[in-house]
Amino acid sequence: MLITMPRPKRIRKMTNPPHFRGYKPIGLSEESTPVILNYEEYEAIRLSDFELYGQVEAAQIMDVSRPTYARIYESARRKVAQAFVLGKVIVFEGGKVYFDSEWYYCHFCGCYFNHPAKDTEVNACALCGSKNIEQNSDSPEQANTEDICTCPKCGKEKEHTSGIPCQKEICPECKCQMVRKGAPHHHRMRNNNCQ
Amino acid sequence: MKVAITSTGNSLESTLDSRFGRCSYFVIYDTKTQATEFIPNPNLESVEGAGPASVNLIASRGVKKVVSGEFGTKVKSIFDSLQIQLVVVNDPKKTIAEIIELLEKGKEE
Repeated sequence: MLITMPRPKRIRKMTNPPHFRGYKPIGLSEESTPVILNYEEYEAIRLSDFELYGQVEAAQIMDVSRPTYARIYESARRKVAQAFVLGKVIVFEGGKVYFDSEWYYCHFCGCYFNHPAKDTEVNACALCGSKNIEQNSDSPEQANTEDICTCPKCGKEKEHTSGIPCQKEICPECKCQMVRKGAPHHHRMRNNNCQ
Repeated sequence: MKVAITSTGNSLESTLDSRFGRCSYFVIYDTKTQATEFIPNPNLESVEGAGPASVNLIASRGVKKVVSGEFGTKVKSIFDSLQIQLVVVNDPKKTIAEIIELLEKGKEE
């Protein structure tokens, strides 16, 4: 007998989960079995029909392939249609997702803050309580794009080898442990091997 | 609610430390009782893993918000999973007293 196992599902990235739990139809006396709309399906409807992204862009945002995105979106639309026609409750639940908390910027005190409690809405600055905030697409720390190890003492540079931490590299001249160039604290790192 | 602030010294006049994992002191400020506590950072001299070790120290105090100048790449995901909020202030001249003032203002609104 041939036994086949499906490939594991890729984890989908969520940036804006809903801050409420679902929908209920008006004017129905008896409770029917609810339609479970997964978080990734909610996200697909949000990206395609609310933010109006194309499927290719939306798939990149959720970090899945374009065909996978199409399947998620298809399933989401069928569930919503089923709930509409049959008057069923929609509950947002489950799905194979991870949450990436977003950064916000406060115009009053100039700080950046994130919001790990995803199910509540962000409406005030975490520090000063000002309402004058906006969502910031980039993290406040600039992403480190160069892959170069550097010596904190003499500044000698060497191309980074993937898989070997920069700290394992030793500067040939001053015997210092090297650090990643542009790392947040690289100029402040101290180590005992420096001569 | 408890808030952790990274500090360069052990008084309210000290300025914000721009590093998280290797800051000199952590200030634990309780917005309810307005009490402050200064904890010297034991991870100041570590070569590796100062960030996660500092997260453990702070999380064990029941802190819900952390104010610092910058956070390293390893700590953000840990803070996210612990549901601790991060606040990045890009002003190394701000003193601890000024930040506490802002927090008090935020509490009123």
